[in-house]
Amino acid sequence: MRARVLVRPKAGILDPQGQAVERALPALGFSGVRNVHVGRLIELDVEDPAHLPEMCEKLLSNPLIEDYEIVEAS
Amino acid sequence: MKFGIVRFPGSCDDVDALLAAERVGEAAMLWHAERDLQDVDAVIVPGGFSYGDYLRAGAIARFAPVMEEVAEFARAGGLVLGICNGFQVLCEAGLLPGALLPNVSLRFICRQVGLEVVRSDTAFTCAATAGSRLSIPVKHTTGRFYAPEAELDRLQAAGQVLLRYAPAQNPNGSARDIAGVANEAGNVFGLMPHPEHAVDPLTGSADGLTIFESMRAQVADRISV
Amino acid sequence: MRHRELGLTDAEYELIVAKLGREPGHVELAMFSLMWSEHCAYKHSKKLLRRLPTEGPHVLLGPGENAGVVDVGGGIAVAFKVESHNHPSAVEPFQGAATGVGGILRDVFAVGARPIAVLDSLRFGEPATSARSRFLLERAVAGIGHYGNSIGVATVGGEIYFESSYEQNCLINAMCLGLAPRERLIRSAAAGPGNVLVLLGALTGRDGIGGASVLASAELGEADDAKRPSVQIGDPFAEKKLLECSLELLDRRLLVSLQDLGAAGLTSSSAEMASKGEVGLDIDVAKVPLREPGMESFEIMISESQERMLGVVEPDRVAEVLAVCERWETLATPIGEVTAGAELRVLRGETVEAEIPVAALVDDCPLYDLDPAAPDRPLYAAPPPLLHGGETPDELLLALLASANIASRRPVFEQYDCIVQSRTVRRPDAADAAVLDLGRGAIAVSIDGNGRRVAGDPRRGAAEVVFECAANLACVGAEPLGLTNCLNFGNPEKPHVAWQLTEAVEGLAEACEALTIPVVGGNVSLYNEAPTGPIFPTPVVGMVGKLPDAARAGRLGLAHEGDAIAIVGSFTPGLACSELAKLRGAAPEGPLPDLDRASAAATHAAVREAVRSGALASAHDVAEGGLAVALAEACLAGGLGAEVALAGEGGDAELFGEAPGRAFIVSGAEAALRGAALPGLRVIGRVGGDALELSAGAVQFKVALSELRAAREGGLVQFA
Repeated sequence: MRARVLVRPKAGILDPQGQAVERALPALGFSGVRNVHVGRLIELDVEDPAHLPEMCEKLLSNPLIEDYEIVEAS
Repeated sequence: MKFGIVRFPGSCDDVDALLAAERVGEAAMLWHAERDLQDVDAVIVPGGFSYGDYLRAGAIARFAPVMEEVAEFARAGGLVLGICNGFQVLCEAGLLPGALLPNVSLRFICRQVGLEVVRSDTAFTCAATAGSRLSIPVKHTTGRFYAPEAELDRLQAAGQVLLRYAPAQNPNGSARDIAGVANEAGNVFGLMPHPEHAVDPLTGSADGLTIFESMRAQVADRISV
Repeated sequence: MRHRELGLTDAEYELIVAKLGREPGHVELAMFSLMWSEHCAYKHSKKLLRRLPTEGPHVLLGPGENAGVVDVGGGIAVAFKVESHNHPSAVEPFQGAATGVGGILRDVFAVGARPIAVLDSLRFGEPATSARSRFLLERAVAGIGHYGNSIGVATVGGEIYFESSYEQNCLINAMCLGLAPRERLIRSAAAGPGNVLVLLGALTGRDGIGGASVLASAELGEADDAKRPSVQIGDPFAEKKLLECSLELLDRRLLVSLQDLGAAGLTSSSAEMASKGEVGLDIDVAKVPLREPGMESFEIMISESQERMLGVVEPDRVAEVLAVCERWETLATPIGEVTAGAELRVLRGETVEAEIPVAALVDDCPLYDLDPAAPDRPLYAAPPPLLHGGETPDELLLALLASANIASRRPVFEQYDCIVQSRTVRRPDAADAAVLDLGRGAIAVSIDGNGRRVAGDPRRGAAEVVFECAANLACVGAEPLGLTNCLNFGNPEKPHVAWQLTEAVEGLAEACEALTIPVVGGNVSLYNEAPTGPIFPTPVVGMVGKLPDAARAGRLGLAHEGDAIAIVGSFTPGLACSELAKLRGAAPEGPLPDLDRASAAATHAAVREAVRSGALASAHDVAEGGLAVALAEACLAGGLGAEVALAGEGGDAELFGEAPGRAFIVSGAEAALRGAALPGLRVIGRVGGDALELSAGAVQFKVALSELRAAREGGLVQFA
């Protein structure tokens, strides 16, 4: 199976990357942008998708500071 | 007194840590792929960019074979010092509380900073005086110490915060100006500043020696007991 | 005509046909187009460069090797080189600058030296008015830091200037120096027919295909975005492993020779190795490990994928080499062998894809004579004036300190690790040159250039660059051992650029001769030209020197209340091409003040000795912004004020005029200064207080250090 793991900063954690993007967009003329957060996308082929949550908690994300979301890709 | 310095692919301050340790005792390199800790009395996980810091700083290094032994060594009460990337590795490995996040500036910062010694009754600060000021450089991109508020309260109450950035010198936005924290048992300590780069006035400062001297004194005490 | 698209002239193509005795094949043509490009063949500069002195008592390896090497005594050698990565950085500044650092590091460890320090010389357009220049500055600095910090090599110095002539063509020159025990030094010449060619490091992909010929040798036009896919991506982690692996292979004496893969990839590295060793090579491209499927032979031969090296290994040591590489998680693959012939042959399994006499590739590219002609009208427009007259001298001083070219570089250098490897005795801003401890003695290094002054007076301006760089070394007590240069110029086929280049090389040569400093290597970057015209002619000089005692390395900051302050050296500053003239909107026009090379060289030697003897508490050369700025910088670096009375009338030339490389501001106990045999010593004041107080003729002002600091610290931080 082809899987996508989306990793993003936990809600409420200071995300300077997100803030930098949020500040940059109006400067380019895009107004009305809020709540920007920058995370990571990890794509992988896995034989057993049942292992994905454990992979996420052990390596792909740091549960203290990040949330993850597993998305099945075709 | 023998220090072991872990060497990962991508470690940069490993030799510096070795040279600093050799000022107070013996020191040997510990190769990441080997499980032999060579009977060292203390382990230093040095700075650098282990495994390129890809994914997250320290995330991959914690799974190196040598780190299993280091974790075992720590559980048995052995002294483990994590500097910069080493601090990140120890947090990722769960040997220290909290996590290190990107600096508020999002930039690498290399700067001499003032540190306040919060406690001097610990294995890593016993050669210093509580309340004294140390001049030690920082250099990192991912050094903002983070833990949830309740955890920060607990760390402070339990006396696990050993070093703070001096007022107005917090370079990275670390919570409560925390520069270095210990585990509950007090035998594992991580800090973002680089004491191994402050061991000789010729290259800037000798204030960092106090960390290594503290560790030596602690080990000497233990041996004499 | 394919050869024209690849940048070869019809005459060059005919010469290739004559050398081969037939039409070149597809792979052969690609290889020739790169080897005969300006970037690899130096066809417009090689004849000129012969003018530079290259020999000296300390030189161990001179131009032509991966890096120049000088002997610092005690069995230790210092390798160093500066190289440009201008065009790639103009396309993609982060990766361009990062791979520029990666490339120069490989040049240094290719000769067996461990890289210990990086310096950078950067040029951009005006940050106040150009968003593109601010973007390039931010991303290039981030790229340099990314690579150098991650690989654990200290970035200890550098320089940055902003001029509108660099708007379309930023300059990214990176210098690296490394240390080696003399016996570990290795050359790049392949030797020993039957020996195995081993490719070390990263997988080969379609990075920078055509990069050397398309990116490095053509003027940038409108369609730059289309070139983006060919930008090389740097991986400092891979290079860190490659570095440790290469040094371990050399320590174990497992390599016959070693060469890095830079511009033109396998083609140029293999051809150079074969040429120097006067042997042939067979390379089987089918054995080269690839990152992308379906790469054609020519793509494999010219790929500029980073973090790769080529080593020659005796057959019975190949297994040991592969084992060391495996320990360092570095890929190593035998891809060919040394032959007794004189051809470079490219095979794909059994098929011969190219067979070229090595000499044809390396030596037979035609060298062109330049057609220099002094321009009959000014080449560069006057900048918009930022000062409008009527300013008082203290206002001028503050404006200069806050100007982008003079303001504190702290916002930039704090993004670089300047202390890793525990050698840095003088960090940026502590002295005019970086000082690195070697245990026994120390080395000092500086990198300098001033395109505006070279634009105004190419010969004298270029000589000034060498003198200024040597003056920086003198300020820390170091004696120059050798220099490396990077000549950044416009299109040499245009007579006025040819004239700039010819004059500048003459100026460099004269200065090197006067100071007896050999040129041990360097790089040329031509065609830095936009539709609006050429960049300022910008020779950049990196110089390495040694001093006996790191503990006595000089500082630039005033040190003790009550010390005397003095000027040393013969010095007739002028406003032509100065920072003040620029702020006032003057075009860069010469002539520059007279440069008495013998007298300046003697001044350097005297300052150097005085620093070494401990007679001086501080030393700082008088450069951009003249005497008043030099005094302010010495005050700020030491955190001490000064009271100074100058002998003249306090005219702009006296306070802010420039004549770099000739004079110094020094401080120390007055008796020690007077006893130090310093030529032209004039005591002009005292250290003390918390302000710079200056009088000259009717001019008198006092500016608090806090005000000076605010101006100097604030100048660049808004852009960087």
